[in-house]
Amino acid sequence: MLAEATRDPDAMSGTRASEDRAGTAAVALGLRLLSFGPIVILALLVLAISLLTPNFLKPVNIGNILAQTAVIAIVAMGQQLVILTRGIDLSVGANLALATVIGGLVFRVSDSAFLVILAMLATGTLVGFVNGAVYVFGRLPHPFIITLATLSICRGLALELSINHTTMRGMPAGVNYLGETSSLGVPNSFFVVFGVALLVLVMMKSMVWGRWTYAVGGNPKAAVEMGIPVKWVLVSTYAFAGLCAGIGAVVLSGRTGASSPLYGNLLELDTIAAVIIGGASFLGGRGHLGHALVGALMIGVIRNALNLLNVDVFYQMIAIGLIIVLAVEADVLRNHLEGRARTNQARAQ
Amino acid sequence: MSAAPVLSVRDGHKRFGAVHALKGVSLDAYRGEVLALLGDNGAGKSTLVRCISGVHALDEGEIRLDGDVASLSTPALARGAGIETVYQDLALFDNLTPAQNFYCGRELAFPKWLPRGLRFLRAREMDREAASVIDRLKVRLPRFDAPVALMSGGQRQAIAVARATVFARKVVILDEPTAALGVRESRKVLDLVRQLRDEGNAVILITHNMEHVIDLADRAVVLRQGRKVGELKPERANQQELVSLIVGAEA
Repeated sequence: MLAEATRDPDAMSGTRASEDRAGTAAVALGLRLLSFGPIVILALLVLAISLLTPNFLKPVNIGNILAQTAVIAIVAMGQQLVILTRGIDLSVGANLALATVIGGLVFRVSDSAFLVILAMLATGTLVGFVNGAVYVFGRLPHPFIITLATLSICRGLALELSINHTTMRGMPAGVNYLGETSSLGVPNSFFVVFGVALLVLVMMKSMVWGRWTYAVGGNPKAAVEMGIPVKWVLVSTYAFAGLCAGIGAVVLSGRTGASSPLYGNLLELDTIAAVIIGGASFLGGRGHLGHALVGALMIGVIRNALNLLNVDVFYQMIAIGLIIVLAVEADVLRNHLEGRARTNQARAQ
Repeated sequence: MSAAPVLSVRDGHKRFGAVHALKGVSLDAYRGEVLALLGDNGAGKSTLVRCISGVHALDEGEIRLDGDVASLSTPALARGAGIETVYQDLALFDNLTPAQNFYCGRELAFPKWLPRGLRFLRAREMDREAASVIDRLKVRLPRFDAPVALMSGGQRQAIAVARATVFARKVVILDEPTAALGVRESRKVLDLVRQLRDEGNAVILITHNMEHVIDLADRAVVLRQGRKVGELKPERANQQELVSLIVGAEA
């Protein structure tokens, strides 16, 4: 990574130089390995599991994994953006449940898939907007509390609003099509994931808004000094995370043909775990789309594999917990190596 | 040096509650000149500078740019008016590349009819412009597409100063640009300061390093307890006088 600096002929001299060069190369190699770590771990997981159980790589099962991972992946992409700005959204699971319930209620009066989907997306976005607006304009020190509050409010509202306070059957055909049907052997929900991913990719890489989210996550104080509208960047980020929860609601109620106030339980933890084990930094400023997707897939693969192998569900939880610890330690190691890279640079000057 | 000052502060007062941080400070800065702003800790240097760069507003008094009273109530307004500030903490984004740092908050983007945040970045144009500036200033960076987090203190300082040079049109304020640097890295940053001056900016330099003041500054203004207590041309001969002005002892 820092090869050009070490190639400078006048930068260093003598044996000390070659030692430094070796150190610099090792640091660069370490940083590179860390950036590919999650994908390597995912590949190793897939390899190991396919050796343990031949059913794993069968097309039907791969379709299963994609369908089961779709909701986590979609909501994790929103969570990724929030974490990028040094925040957290604990309300996404309850928000998703409320969105399905609102969609279910709209279905009582209209079987228009368009209206039901619109209701779910609007609910998700509105809750997200409230999260962001109260956090920013209520001058809260951290989004933890407000999103914890909306978690509770959304879950309570969903239970109160749903008929008989429980699962409501039935979804319009168009919603079922998005969540349950497959096209060309691939679950349609995968195409929804793909569409959201494309949107997020364009927003983060090509739009000023994406650059601003990185800036706010990297150095909030400097972002203000540089004239970035930090407050609106934050509000829109939470609104977008809410929109993702709404899209997740469409996919989940399409897959189950129902809406329920109990949907999305602990989804906030799954999505946070996905973002972190995918390799994004919990400290903000670092991370991209691939992290959320790889992390979600890792969780999906582990769950699926342990099901195929008939392993108890608590081992799934333990396995995912261990990977989270590994991922956080990798982030710590990355920060350490970057510090080393800086001192190497200073010495090379 | 042009005849009229590009920046002038007239009788500036600033209070923070009971603390009277600036007690009627006046100061002129001219194009093509390095003005050293000196004083002990708490003398009011940082407050004065923050008033000029739009972080604070003066309670009384006025700031004129090219003779016109300027309203510098936010950092964005001050930058829009041609005043660039290199803060002591550099205000860099560790997770962004040098080019992305340069343009952060004023990205080149299209189309113009969209709200700023929804526009699309002209990434290649920004990279190219930033690279040519880095080249012109002879700043050596390990890699142009690596995040700033991987760069040394001197390189980071150079990036922050270079960012100011891209956009500065009138005044550049540097708050202790060499405080955290070694001798060699300091020298490089001071070269950049000279270049800023030679390009016709008024440079306001805050530093505690007397060598740098004598070396670089055309004029020095000394603040003590919120008042201007002296203004002179710093030379080796009057170094003692400068120091006494700063600490308030009899020369």
